[in-house]
Parts: sequence; structure tokens; C-alpha cells
Amino acid sequence: MSLRTPLARVRGLGSAKDGTHHWWMQRVTAVALVPLSIWFVVSMIKLTGADHTAVTAWLATPATAVLMLLFIVATFYHLQLGMQVVIEDYVHGEAMKIACLMCVKLGSFALAVASAFSVLKVAF
Amino acid sequence: MATENRPLSPHLQVYRWQWTMMMSITHRATGVALAVGALMLACWLLALAAGAEAFAPVHAFLGTWLGRLLLFGWTWSLMYHLANGVRHLIWDTGRGLELPAAQAGAYAAVLVSIILTAAVWVGGYAMTGAFS
Repeated sequence: MSLRTPLARVRGLGSAKDGTHHWWMQRVTAVALVPLSIWFVVSMIKLTGADHTAVTAWLATPATAVLMLLFIVATFYHLQLGMQVVIEDYVHGEAMKIACLMCVKLGSFALAVASAFSVLKVAF
Repeated sequence: MATENRPLSPHLQVYRWQWTMMMSITHRATGVALAVGALMLACWLLALAAGAEAFAPVHAFLGTWLGRLLLFGWTWSLMYHLANGVRHLIWDTGRGLELPAAQAGAYAAVLVSIILTAAVWVGGYAMTGAFS
């Protein structure tokens, strides 16, 4: 027996009024980050001790630039989803919680744009 | 308003500590650590785009003992979050949720994270010619 109303069950949005979108996007970005983070770590091993000229030359190739952009998008998207849940769990004051969520959401978006711009500036 | 200060999960104080619980908490902790690491990645990329003069101090900092300690911590955090994240993805298919499987997965994820972290750092030091 369900205690939920038929309308609530049909909408399928749950108590957070958000459905499974958060969960789904966390999985989508997680799946993307499995190969991307392995690529990133292997690249960083190869770049150990590399100076500005060497790192720039590496990032300027089209394949590297594209993979780095994908890594940035997936990382910061996944990051803000995860941090959102941590904040919702541990920051209990409503005003403080909203302030923290704003910081994480706006901050991660700004950092993603800054990182992507940096990659493009080096690549072009 | 009584709704203002309701207790929220997770209640860390009321459970007996166990492996699977530690794994879950560590997954969160490494996630937060990696968020700080992403900040470093953004700084590194911005400095790279700004030019050689801006890149030099960032490059130098990452080579110091503190920089290396942070990079080592982020390496293990990433490997743990990756291994345990794959465990989560397996759970999403409905597999491995029984207690013995969850326990075995926990040991496997920790072992894999340690092996991969060691491999990354041996690889990194090999690149600098430390072993030749």
C-alpha cells in the first residue's frame, strides 16, 4: 500500500520535487569521468616536471584540448552535484544553506568557464 | 516554526562503526577533497593561459614538499573516488548489494586505490629520471 496520492505517484517527483534528475546526471557525469580522469592522470604522469613550453605544446593539440574541455565540463558538473548533497546534509540553517549552495553552484560554473577559456586561449 | 531545527540524516553518532560505513563516508570526504583539487586545476590552467611568468610560481609550488603532499592526497582521493564510484555504478545495476559482496567490494576498492596511487607516483618519479 502506498501512502502517496495517485497524482504524486504519476508525477514521480518525490519530496524534493526534482524526481531522479540529480541522481541521473550524477551517474551520467560519473560514467564520463571514468575514462576522462584516467586520461587526465596518465597525461599528468607524462607531464611530470614539464615547463610552460612543454605543457602549452601538449594542450595546444586538438585532441588534448577537446579531451581537457570534456574533462572540465564533466568534473565541474559532477562536483557541484556532489557538493550540493553534502551541503544539504550538513548545513542545517536555511539561510546559510542557500548561501553555501549559491557559492558552490555559481563558483563551480565560474571556474568551469575560466578553465575552459584557458584551454581555448592556449589551443588557439 | 517547529520545522526550522529538525534533525537531519546522516546521524553519524548513533551507528556502530563498520567497513561499509567508512567507505561511504570516505567517498564523501574524498569528493570534497577533489573539489578543492579542481580549484587547483583551474588555477593551473589559468596560470598556463596567462603565460610563462604566471605559470612559474604555480609550477614551483607543486614541486615543493607541500605541493607534492597535496598532489599525493589528490591522487589517492581520485583513485579511491574512482574505484568506489565504479562500485556505486555496479550497485545501480542491482548487483553486489548483499552483505558479503558489499564487504568484498569495499576491500577491493581500497586495494585498487592504493595500487593505482602507487603506480601513478612510481610513473611520475620515473618520468623525472629518479630511477635511472
